[in-house]
Amino acid sequence: MADRFAPGDTVRTSTTDPVWHTRLPRYARGAVGRVVEVAGHHPLADDRARGLPGTTRAVYHVRFAAADLFGDGDHAVTVELWEDYLEPADPSGGTP
Amino acid sequence: MSGNHHGSSAISERVRHVEALLEARGLVDEGEVDRRIDEFLAGGSPANGARITARAWVDPDFRDRLLADANAAIREVGLSMAGGLQEQRLKVVANTEDEHNVVVCTLCSCYPIALLGPSPAWYKSEAYRSRVVRDPRGVLAEFGLELPTTTRISVWDASAESRYVVVPRRPEGTDGMSEEQLAGLVTRKGLIGTAAV
Repeated sequence: MADRFAPGDTVRTSTTDPVWHTRLPRYARGAVGRVVEVAGHHPLADDRARGLPGTTRAVYHVRFAAADLFGDGDHAVTVELWEDYLEPADPSGGTP
Repeated sequence: MSGNHHGSSAISERVRHVEALLEARGLVDEGEVDRRIDEFLAGGSPANGARITARAWVDPDFRDRLLADANAAIREVGLSMAGGLQEQRLKVVANTEDEHNVVVCTLCSCYPIALLGPSPAWYKSEAYRSRVVRDPRGVLAEFGLELPTTTRISVWDASAESRYVVVPRRPEGTDGMSEEQLAGLVTRKGLIGTAAV
């Protein structure tokens, strides 16, 4: 299956707070960032942790401005995120 | 983890219990978990990360290959990320005058063991994991690394399958040094990004 996103795409992370193991860190939920690179294809950690059969899907390095995660700060944080955690975002950073 | 894992917490108790059950049901041989961990750790040392760094300092083409496809580049110097159950993807990031990189695993303690050996206790501490994403400049200052305000900081959270290594900046006044001597300058903290070199 084709990757849903490509480097340069602006994405918004999920705000879902699942009861199971997930690898979308809480501080990076509901945030807008930019895809830096495709970092391979792997089964979703959430599925594997629950013993579910998982097909591989794209994992991305997504770069966030600290101000967009925490409200302030001048650094950047790059988080590695499965495609399932991401939705396309308005490039201007506004709420779609 | 293994039988020689330190500590006697509830988690250690549970791990020992699970290990015993796996053995009792014939899913793993006696001592297999310890052997696999020993194999995984064998050869893992910060000296590996230091070798890669020194090569990148003396060979700009190697540096380019390392930053573009680290798994392929480290095979050139006889190293590999394939020591575990599957080959791990390696991402190498290089410090410059304008940008300083620092690595963390906020969710647990993911770490490039093949290139850096077992991780230091502070890397696994909740304090480091929670604070370095929020205030990296302050945390680095506590490590004794005061960066100019003109140097941007990039934090890399090893939240999925990749592992990260930082290539520190080559110190000034080292032009006459051999690759081996240069490797001797590189520290584990430098390779994580909590020290300059």
